[in-house]
Amino acid sequence: MAIVVKRPKLKLWEQLYLPAIAKGMRVTLGHFFKIVSGKKKVTMQYPEEKWDEHLPEHYRGAPALVTDEQDRERCVACQLCEFICPPRAITIKPEEIPSDDQWAKVEKRPKAFDIDMIRCIYCGLCEEVCPEQAIFLRKDYAITGTSREEMVHDKEKLYEIGGVRVGLVNKWNELK
Amino acid sequence: MEWQIIIAATIKIIVFVFLTTLPLVAMSVWAERRVSAAIQDRVGPNRVGPFGLLQAVADGIKFLLKEDFTPNHVRKGYFWLAPALVMVPALMTCAVLPFGSKLFGEKMVIADLDVGPLFVFAVASLSVYGIVLAGWASNSKYPFLGGVRSTSQMISYEISLGLSIVPLLMIYGELNLGSIVQYQAENGWALLPLWGEGLSAKGWILAVPVFVSFIIFMTSMFAETNRLPFDLPECETELVAGYHTEYSSMKFALFFLGEYAAMIIGSGLAVTLFLGGWSLPFGWLTPESTEAAVPWWHGLIHIGTFFAKVIGLILFFIVIRWTLPRFRYDQLMRLGWVFFFEIALFNVVLTALLLWWLS
Repeated sequence: MAIVVKRPKLKLWEQLYLPAIAKGMRVTLGHFFKIVSGKKKVTMQYPEEKWDEHLPEHYRGAPALVTDEQDRERCVACQLCEFICPPRAITIKPEEIPSDDQWAKVEKRPKAFDIDMIRCIYCGLCEEVCPEQAIFLRKDYAITGTSREEMVHDKEKLYEIGGVRVGLVNKWNELK
Repeated sequence: MEWQIIIAATIKIIVFVFLTTLPLVAMSVWAERRVSAAIQDRVGPNRVGPFGLLQAVADGIKFLLKEDFTPNHVRKGYFWLAPALVMVPALMTCAVLPFGSKLFGEKMVIADLDVGPLFVFAVASLSVYGIVLAGWASNSKYPFLGGVRSTSQMISYEISLGLSIVPLLMIYGELNLGSIVQYQAENGWALLPLWGEGLSAKGWILAVPVFVSFIIFMTSMFAETNRLPFDLPECETELVAGYHTEYSSMKFALFFLGEYAAMIIGSGLAVTLFLGGWSLPFGWLTPESTEAAVPWWHGLIHIGTFFAKVIGLILFFIVIRWTLPRFRYDQLMRLGWVFFFEIALFNVVLTALLLWWLS
C-alpha cells in the first residue's frame, strides 16, 4: 500500500519566506563571526602548522620493517603481507639464510623488500597479518618523491623508517 | 567649453569605472571566497598578499595565461561576442549612478541623465542577450538549456523590477538619480525616514509601500544578476555550468566578472534609490541643493559613504548566497509571475492612493 507522506501545513508566517531567511542568516552569520573573531578554529594552515604532536595512537602512516633487540631483521619472508596486500604494493624476494649464520634456524629472510608507496593505501592489513610482528604502520604521512622509482621504498629505507622494536617476539632467541 | 566637458567625463569614467568599479569587482570575488569560507568554517584564500587580498590578481593572471579554447562545434562569431555582451552593459550602467555629491565643482556622476533608472533598466537588460547568445552559440545542450532558462527568468523578473521602483518615483516625483539622492539627504532615506520631512505621519505611512518595494526590488535584483538562490541559468547540479559550459580562460572570466559587475551596479542602484545614495544619515553634511557648492572634503566623505553602503550590500548578497538553497524552476516562475508581479502592481496602486489621501 502506498504511503501518503504528510506535508506539514505551513502557517502564513512560515509561508512568507522572509523569517526563514532571517533564521538561515543567523546560522551562517553565527559561523562567520565565530571564525572571523577567532573564537573557533577548525582548519590547520598545513605547511606552518602540522598535526604531528596530536597524531592519534592508532594513526596509520607509512608501513615499515623493524629489527629486534639483537639487530636481527624480524621479517622471515613468509610473504603473507605480499599476498594480503589489496593494491599489491609489496614485493618480496626471499632468500635462504646460510647455515653458518647466527640465525640459521630462522631459515628465510627477505633479499629484497619493496613497498610501492604510490600503490599503498595504508590499510594496515600487512601489519595485522604478519606472524612475526615485523611490519608496522608508522606515523610518517608526508611520503614524497619526484619520480616513480623514488616512491618505491626498498628494504634499506623501510628499516630506516622502522628502526628497532624490542620485546615482542621471542621465539628465535637463545631463551627458547 | 565642449572639450572641458569631454575631459571631465573621461576622467570620471576612468576613475569610477576602471579604477573603482573593476577593482571592486575583483575584491568582491575575493570577499565572496573569504566570506563563504568563514561561513563554512574554512579559511579561504589567504596566501597571496596580506589576507590573500592579491588573490584577484593571481586569478586574473591565471585566466589570461590559460589556453583559450574554442570548441569546433560553436558559432565562432557569436561565441566570441557573448562574453563582451555580458560585461559591457553591466559596466555601462555605471554612467548614471551618482557616486558622490560634488568634488571640485564637478558632479560626481558620469552622465547626469534625467531618466536615470530607465537607462539602467534598459541597458542592464541587454546583458541577457549575452547569456542567450552564449547558450545558443555554444551549440551544446547544457549551455542551450541555461540560455533558455536565463531568458525566461530575466524577462519575468524585469517586470517586477521595473514595477517595484514606480512607487518610489511617484514619491520623489523625479527620475534624475542625483536629485533623488538630494531629496533623500534632506528628507530621510526611503527606508529610514528619520529626519526632515520624512519624520512625520506621512513619511512613516509611505515607508510601508517603500519597504515592500525594497523587498521586491532586491529579490528581482538577485534574479536579474543570476545570483543564488536564483542561479538557475548556470546551476551546476543540473546543467554542468549552464551557459558558460563551453567557455574557458578569459572568456569565462568575463562572464564571471560580468555577474559581479552587475551585482555591484545593482547594489549601487538599490543604495541610490532606497538607502540615500551618498548621503549621510540625519542630514549631516548635506549640500543646500544639487547645484550648491560642496567643500572638497565633504565630497570625498560622500563618495566614501556611497561605496561603504555598496560594499555593505554586496556582503549581504554574498551571505544570502551561502544561506539559501536554489529555487526549483517552477517555484521561481511562480514567485515572479504570481506573487511579485501582482504585489508590485498592487503596491503602485496603494502608493498612489496613499499619496492622494495624504496630500
